[in-house]
Amino acid sequence: MYKQQTLSFKLKTLNSKLLSLSNEELKQELLNLHPSLIFEEGGDWMNMFIDPLEWLSFAKQLRAKENLFFDYLFCLTCVDWKTHLTMVYHLSSLRYHHNIVVKSKLNRENAQIETVCRIWKTAEFHEREVFELFGVNFLNHPDLRLLILPEGWEGKFPLRKDFEDPVNMIKL
Amino acid sequence: MDVKSYPSNAQNSNLAFPGQIHQTPGGGILTSKLDDVINWARSNSLWPLVFGTSCCAIEMMSTASAKYDWSRFGFEVARASPRQADVIIIAGTIVNKMAPVLKRLYDQMGDPKYVIAMGACATSGGPFFYNTYSVVKGADHVIPVDVYIAGCPPRPEALLHALITLQEKIKSGATREQIKIDGTKI
Repeated sequence: MYKQQTLSFKLKTLNSKLLSLSNEELKQELLNLHPSLIFEEGGDWMNMFIDPLEWLSFAKQLRAKENLFFDYLFCLTCVDWKTHLTMVYHLSSLRYHHNIVVKSKLNRENAQIETVCRIWKTAEFHEREVFELFGVNFLNHPDLRLLILPEGWEGKFPLRKDFEDPVNMIKL
Repeated sequence: MDVKSYPSNAQNSNLAFPGQIHQTPGGGILTSKLDDVINWARSNSLWPLVFGTSCCAIEMMSTASAKYDWSRFGFEVARASPRQADVIIIAGTIVNKMAPVLKRLYDQMGDPKYVIAMGACATSGGPFFYNTYSVVKGADHVIPVDVYIAGCPPRPEALLHALITLQEKIKSGATREQIKIDGTKI
């Protein structure tokens, strides 16, 4: 019984290895899906930029397409570059063991992007965190309110570079 | 009557049992002050509170476990309830949200109680002193501290040294708690 299980597991891993795409193939596959992707070279991960308006439909395809199968959103965060905000999504496939990083530039004054919490449930809390710290408005999010910050922090966004707090913060 | 101070080494007088031995035939009589005996007893049975907010807590756990084993010095059992603890080791960063919790824990501890600020964060905010919106710049803004330890995080030896320093402080009656009880001391 145990032997059988091990064998079937080995076959499964072998199968997924045979089916899994090389980096070049993965890149081509993503470009076929979405020709306007801009890849960024030089990082450890495969980085790409996408227009925030196209993000939701792209994310759905990443999750649903059989040979991509990005079933695991393992990091969702935001970066304040002073001129703009960048949303960063780290995605992984537990079946094929490939990872990608999708980034999306947002306008600082009117930062908004579609929520992906209906594709990856974990995004619900992560997006709430980004919302309270950076002030990104996640459209169609089911419960967009403060996550960790206590009451009274609405609209203050402490992780933005221009955040000021003369009471608690000693500037260097 | 033959009177000798105990122990003979005056430098160690803070570490041993307080008092003098009066030699008599068939044994001896020990004289001491009750305050000193109480302080000696208290200093050798310090029960720490299970409290750690970041990486210093890992060093604290290491100090408690077999390799460093703070039980050797009388910090026997870490208590999960502040009502049973004598000493709180602030092992880690205190954020604004944690400050009221820390204050409440301190208030719930029975007298006499002692506080050790472990590491840079608990002492001054440490690496979070500048440009942070959420960190308390030193736990002594919230509760009074008896012993501070430098380091980020301090090694277990440093924590042991702080605990032994606290013992000496208690034996000499110099902790804040003891001064509060007996206004005339120091």
